[in-house]
Amino acid sequence: MKKLTTLLAATALASMMGTAAWSKTLVYCSEASPEGFDPGLYTAGQTFDASSRTVYNRLVEFKHGGTEVEPGLAESWTISDDGLEYTFKLRADVKFQTTDYFTPTRDFNADDVIFSFERQIREDHPWNKYVAGAAWEYADGMGFPQLIKSIEKVDDLTVKFVLNHPEAPFIADLGMDFASIMSKEYADKLAADGKLEQLNQMPLGTGPFTFVAYQPDAVIRYKANPDYFKGQEKIDDLIFAITTDAAVRAQKLKAGECHIMPYPNAADVADLKADPNLTVLEQPGLNVAYLAYNTQQAPFDKVEVRRALNMAVNKQPIIDAVFQGAAEVAKNPIPPTMWSYNNAIEDDKYDPEAAKKMLEEAGVKDLKMKIWAMPVSRPYMLNARRAAELMQADFAKVGVQAEILSYEWAEYLKLSREEDRDGAVIMGWTGDNGDPDNFLDTLLGCEAVGGNNRAQWCNEEFDKLVKAAKKSSDQAERTKLYEEAQVVFKREAPWMTIDHSVGFIPLSKKVTGFHMDPLGIHRFDGVDIAE
Amino acid sequence: MLRFLLGRLAVLVPTFLGVSLIAFSFIRLLPGDPVMLMSGERAMSPERHAQVMHDLGLDRPFYIQYFDYLGSILQGDLGTSIVTKRPVFDDFLSLFPATLELSLCAIILAICLGIPAGMLAAVKRGTWLDQSVMGVALVGYSMPIFWWGLLLIIFFSGYLGWTPVSGRISLMYFFPPVTGFMLIDSLLSGQEGAFRSALTYLILPTVVLATIPLAVIARQTRSAMLEVLGEDYVRTARAKGLSPFRVIGVHALRNAMIPVITTIGLQVGVLLAGAILTETIFSWPGIGKWMVDAVFKRDYAVVQGGLLLIAAIIMLVNLLVDLTYGLVNPRIRH
Repeated sequence: MKKLTTLLAATALASMMGTAAWSKTLVYCSEASPEGFDPGLYTAGQTFDASSRTVYNRLVEFKHGGTEVEPGLAESWTISDDGLEYTFKLRADVKFQTTDYFTPTRDFNADDVIFSFERQIREDHPWNKYVAGAAWEYADGMGFPQLIKSIEKVDDLTVKFVLNHPEAPFIADLGMDFASIMSKEYADKLAADGKLEQLNQMPLGTGPFTFVAYQPDAVIRYKANPDYFKGQEKIDDLIFAITTDAAVRAQKLKAGECHIMPYPNAADVADLKADPNLTVLEQPGLNVAYLAYNTQQAPFDKVEVRRALNMAVNKQPIIDAVFQGAAEVAKNPIPPTMWSYNNAIEDDKYDPEAAKKMLEEAGVKDLKMKIWAMPVSRPYMLNARRAAELMQADFAKVGVQAEILSYEWAEYLKLSREEDRDGAVIMGWTGDNGDPDNFLDTLLGCEAVGGNNRAQWCNEEFDKLVKAAKKSSDQAERTKLYEEAQVVFKREAPWMTIDHSVGFIPLSKKVTGFHMDPLGIHRFDGVDIAE
Repeated sequence: MLRFLLGRLAVLVPTFLGVSLIAFSFIRLLPGDPVMLMSGERAMSPERHAQVMHDLGLDRPFYIQYFDYLGSILQGDLGTSIVTKRPVFDDFLSLFPATLELSLCAIILAICLGIPAGMLAAVKRGTWLDQSVMGVALVGYSMPIFWWGLLLIIFFSGYLGWTPVSGRISLMYFFPPVTGFMLIDSLLSGQEGAFRSALTYLILPTVVLATIPLAVIARQTRSAMLEVLGEDYVRTARAKGLSPFRVIGVHALRNAMIPVITTIGLQVGVLLAGAILTETIFSWPGIGKWMVDAVFKRDYAVVQGGLLLIAAIIMLVNLLVDLTYGLVNPRIRH
């Protein structure tokens, strides 16, 4: 009977969809399957592309192709003088999507905002553990449970966030994927039906595209949301064709089986550029790769030793060998596209002789060290072992004997965080929200020692500057503080900054309106296909 | 025959228990844990990490976790994926038909080409034909699957444009799965051209997945046939004046088939292993890719549940192979 019901339902659905119709459809060859469709639960880019950037909106949004924040579901906001109260005026007449599985009866309002955040930060919230092992990693990682004192509904279209302490990056944080706004009405319906897990499987938001179907590891289908508050999209359908192998994605793009692909192999870029039907967009990524010394261990606790090692390595050959030139040498811990980047800083000059002398002066002879090379490829570091080998060769020229170590990725992540770690570790970071705090305090702040701060470096002067910048809501003042912090960083050299990589997106020439995003997200609102 | 069948079934119980223990413990022997991997470069505080591990029940002693798991299996619950939060059995059911469809097509192709090729090589032993068939089989057997798949895509899809690059059916066709077998579902959908599209998408992955089993079957058929062709009863049949077709196709082949059937049965494991790479290259949504992803993400529930289900299938196929022996050779039944 169950089988018959399934068959009937399937037949009904098929007839509803009619026969094979090829409306204006954009096909995106995505790089991996989404882990789920609730962006609060996950951290992976492919999950955000498939959920938060298609189905959902946030109170504020990043400008398409940039990191500046613009109004989203909130049309305006005010910040109290003490920086503790953020009051958002919500957009009126915003409708949640109507789907086969839910028909909303009311418009978006303050209840949805409160629900979307409280479920992530309040452990006693009925939705806090709606799936086993819900870690709310981003909300937790951004410190929201400690930061947010309360979220109050002033009226249906006004909501107030009260913070426990001033936090200048708070607005930028709200543009991040985990801050997507869900429908409380839909959640209530799922709770009443005892189908809580459906929130993570059949998403429903206010975004430009309505979720239609997901076939695991194969295809995700969306259609344009006719009620979208910014107006219906120009394309009718959006399809994610999940294609994990980059070489196969490139072949699909060349064969016209998809219109856009992310993350091409560096070796394929020239071939894709040569294809007359394709355009290859490129943009510096909002990222950095670095070698973090363990500044708590001798002799790396000495600034002179760290600076000498930085001077011993010629970084350009690493860029050429690992990225085939598609990256630039990094001199600061934040990328050049980020506001407050201090361009006046000079990188440590490659000078093996001077480095050797400096080591001798520091009383370091016959130094033996370990370089940890990541076992995985990341946009900021495509081949850590190759980079480590080149560093090893350069270190040898100044009399430093380096041994290359690697661990399985999970073990690498865990062991590299330990304060008594033996060796310098290759690691990197891709920005979440375009705010310098997301690099400087997250990766180098004193509180991050034993965690994200893999240099185990706690410098009072630096920490004071970044903490002061975090509390100030004056952008000019923040810029000055971050510029000063970068000077301290360069002087103290807890890392050898390696590179900022360039990202590529090959796409069909028929596609218009697609922009690369420095945050690494892939958005399809505003995209069209020439007939 | 019934006793034979019951005997075989009795062996399955301890095997199944052994597999469950191996599947459960091996994934836990790998360094790292799923919570650590999910947070990636973004470090989670040790307290938070411990709390999530507790929520998932992964902080309990190993044996308690194992016996809980066994209890759940007996109730038909294979658990929920730590990453996707979907029930493991549901995911398996939605993905397995894709692997099965591809594997069946591959094994059919391997049998249809491998047995005649092996017979031909045996009959024409020592000739250029024999050497060519065995040479090709050796190359096929040694072929790195990933490279072979990409080569076929670049040539047939990229250069000639004869076949699609990857996927199961053209994206213009959209119908909900009924059986999970795309060839059948495309027919059921009634959409014009859907079946043909599904068929074209099957060609390259089938060829890639069939390559190694085809080579193995051809080589096994040749050696088994050579052995049988030297037997007295074959000489007698020839002396009686039977046609060469009847001697080779009926008398010799039937006896040569026993080791070949064993080989075909063993290819199920090879197919499932090959499916991991084939599915990755051709974006084929099957269990091979699903399992590999789960290992990388330390999704314990998926790895242990998936391994258990795959082992159950292999055991079932081996049981069927044993039963087939009985049909082919009545002496085995007794």
